[in-house]
Formats: sequence, C-alpha cells, structure tokens
Amino acid sequence: MLKVVKVEVRYGGIPIIHDVSLEVKQGELVAVVGSNGAGKSTLLKTIAGALHPTKGSITFDDVLINRLTTPDIVRLGITYIPEARLIFGPLSVEENLKLGAYIIKDHAVISRNLDFVYDLFPRLKERREQASGTLSGGEQQMLAIGRGLMSNPKLLMLDEPSLGLMPKLVDEMLEAVAKLRTIGMTILLVEQNVFESLEIADRGYVLQTGKTILDGTGKELLNTESIKKAFLGL
Amino acid sequence: METLIDALLQGILMGLLFALVALGLNVIFGVMDIVNFAHGEFLMLGMYTAFFTSLLMGVDPLFALPASALMGVLLGLASYYWFIKYLLRGPAIAQLFGTFGLMLFLRYLAQFLFGIDYRILQKGILIGKSFSVGPFIFDATKIAAGALSLVAFAAVYSFLNKTKTGKALQATALNKEAASYMGIKTDKMNAIAWAIGGGTVGVAGGLLINFYYVYPTVGLLFVMIAFACVALGGFGSIKGVFFAGLLVGILEMMFPVFGQLVGSDFLGPHFKFTVVYLAYFIIVVFRPQGLFGWKK
Repeated sequence: MLKVVKVEVRYGGIPIIHDVSLEVKQGELVAVVGSNGAGKSTLLKTIAGALHPTKGSITFDDVLINRLTTPDIVRLGITYIPEARLIFGPLSVEENLKLGAYIIKDHAVISRNLDFVYDLFPRLKERREQASGTLSGGEQQMLAIGRGLMSNPKLLMLDEPSLGLMPKLVDEMLEAVAKLRTIGMTILLVEQNVFESLEIADRGYVLQTGKTILDGTGKELLNTESIKKAFLGL
Repeated sequence: METLIDALLQGILMGLLFALVALGLNVIFGVMDIVNFAHGEFLMLGMYTAFFTSLLMGVDPLFALPASALMGVLLGLASYYWFIKYLLRGPAIAQLFGTFGLMLFLRYLAQFLFGIDYRILQKGILIGKSFSVGPFIFDATKIAAGALSLVAFAAVYSFLNKTKTGKALQATALNKEAASYMGIKTDKMNAIAWAIGGGTVGVAGGLLINFYYVYPTVGLLFVMIAFACVALGGFGSIKGVFFAGLLVGILEMMFPVFGQLVGSDFLGPHFKFTVVYLAYFIIVVFRPQGLFGWKK
C-alpha cells in the first residue's frame, strides 16, 4: 500500500533522513522505533507532504506522492496525526472532530464516523461540547486520533501517541491503537516506547540517525540483541 | 440627558459601521497574520463604485450597494492572487511593506483617475431625509447604514460559525499546519479571507457614501479607527471587533456632548478621537490580547 524507497529529506539544507526504505501493507500495523532525533517525525511529515524528499520515492497505492501537497495526500487517504496533537483549542470537541471530516461531503458518513469515534473514546462523547483546549493531555490525544479517523483514512499515521502521557494512559492509548488494527485499519506508528509498540506491531523498523538499520516482525525485533541493548536496557 | 441619549444612539449607528469596516481587517489578520494597510483604500474604492454607479447609471445609491460589494470582493481576490500570495514567500516585513505599497498604489491611482475633489451624492431615496422618534431625530441614511452594517456583520458571523467553510477558516486561523492535515487548503482559505475582507469593507463604503464625502484619502480616518477596533476587540476575534466598533462609535459621539454639558473647551469635539485612542492605549497596556482576543 505504502512504499518508501531510499528516501532522503533535508531540512534547512541538512539531511535529516538519508536512505530510509519501508513498506506498509494493507491491514498491517507497522511501528517505526528509534531514539529521539532519529528522524521518525520527519519521516511521517514527509509522507504526509509537509516536507518533500530530495531523493528516493514515496508511492501510495502505486501513485507517486513525492511532490503532492498535504491536502491532496489527505484526499488520497493518508491521515497524519502529529506528535504535538495540534487540536483547535478554542473549538469544541465535536467541532474538532467535524473538521477532521472536512474532505467528506456525505453527512450520513460524517455522523457514522462520529459515532464510531465516540464508541472508541467514550470520554470524548461526555465532553463533546467542551472547548478542546480544556481537555487533559490524554483526552487531547484521544481527540487527535479521533479527528484523524473522521476522514475514513486508508492509512493512519500516528506520531508518538504516548508522548507526555502517564504510564497508565500510555497503555490505554496503545491498546486503542491495537484495537484499530483488529478492525482492519492500516497503521504506521512512530514511537519512543520501543517495547510496547513492537509488542502490538505486525512488523517494525528501527531508525537510527536517519537510516533504517533493522527490520522484521515485532517479535523478531524484540528478540534482537542490539535492540535489547540499545532500547530495552536488557 | 436627552442629548446624551441622542449621542449614544447616534454612536451606536456609527459604531455598527465601524465594526463592519474593522471586520474584514480582522478576518484577514486572523487567517493570515497579515495587516492589510490597503483596507482603507478598499473602502474608498467601494465608495467611488457606489458614487459613480449611482451618478452615471442613475441608480439610487442604496441599490448601488451590490456593485460596491462586488468591487470589494474582486479587489480582495485580485490583491491576494496577484500580489499577496507572492509576498508570502518572503519575510513578514515584506508583507508589511507590501500592503503599505498597495495602499499607496490604490490611493494615488484613485487620485489620478478621479482627482482630489471631495464628492458627495446629492440625490437618493434616503439622502436628506430624517425622521423622529420622540425627541430624537435620525438621518435615514445613518439608520440604513447602521442596520445594513448589522445585517452584513451578522451574515459573515453566521457564515464563519455555521458553515463548513467558515469552520475551516477558523481552523486555518488557529493553526494552518493542523488545518492542512485535515485536507484544508490554506491558499483557498486565504483567498476566501481576502474576499470577505474586501466584500465587507466594500459594502461599508457603499453605505458611507450616502452621507459622507469621498476623496482619494478618505480611507485613512476610517482605517485608523478600524485598527483601533481590531486592537481593542482582540486580534482575530470577530465578537471582539463588533463590541469594539460599538464602543468606539459611542465614545466618539458621546465625548463632545459630555464636554458640552460640562462646559469645558478641553473636552470639545476636536478631541473625540484622542479619547478613542486613549481607550485603545489603556486596553493595550492592561489587556494586550484585546477585550475578546485569543491570539497571542
């Protein structure tokens, strides 16, 4: 479904990512793990069209998307949920969610998606009228994910959904991600929580200073010595 | 007392018009963080449009209003697509000087085309008519200007809050990066903001020509008031700019009357705008985000 081949991305002239390749197949949950500054967010932003690669190719359903703008990529079915969440603080929870469905014209589909999100995160339903800026960090992350689901994405890209959350909420958030996977959503997940994310992932890639250095199934990677040493402190 | 109430009512009518002038400035600022210095010139061209439509085509100035609105929308769109869009590639200072340059260009273009004469419409359904309610006398033109300003303002307000495109504009104003992740095209939103900005101030110009002179630099006074309204109400706040417009209108009308009642020369009409800017100054010092502002 998504193929990233030998991509290089520069930011202010400096290559942040060089030689990254990865693939996400229909229905898979793929995790990209790596330490801070490895280029994980840059990779997702590039796929989302906020940045453009200087080398290599990105194809989605066999369409080259290297040079497309973010709004066009959203229309192809890729939704990016940014690390900083970027919710619209003064607007209510429901207004935020409806904005997530901006590219959908059919009102019936929008209200069906709204029900789906409220089912997944009942707490958002309780707070639907509330200004979203007043939500807790965990609730804001739920809102960011819910808003991303509103556009019926074929591929959901999640950037550090557990960032800044307390341990109990980290588990809850990753459980929600795993639940989306079981209902058939294709997900590309970027995480610093290496262990937890590889546990729920079908496959994983390890990114180090802008390069994919390892890949394999979640279980394989968890049992790799270098990963154990580098990330899990075993 | 009666004169004070009279001044209050007149102030509200002018305030509604001020709010409409300031609205477009604030929509453009809210969505793009750009101050449109040429806003007053849009008003001036809206006034000339109604003036010449009325004079040359023999249409009543009130019915020339759609022409003014159209002129405003076209000016806004042309400015955005042919000029502002290119400025966005440069630093913020380029945008500042860019709209300043647009102001000078339009002002002196108008001077070249229409001369420096002060022109006013003599004929019109409402012009010269007035009616009284109890002890108060109202000019028909000012009632119409106030009422129609309110209608135009309400229309834009409900567009921004009730429609999908309006919500998308708000989202772009709040965070254009996040909005683009929803599939909202920033470029299109910018263009809509300029169309609204130009259209509303065009309508304001078409209303103003019913009781005010038009000349190439007429925009200056009104745009200064609009800047004060935007800062008073809060950058990017639609509600704020409405109440700030009313406040400025009321202050402007009531202050001289108050001076008269006290019997002081110092509080005469020549100081009315001093009071307006003093209020602005006080609010900027004590509440820099404005009365209703949410933008930093």
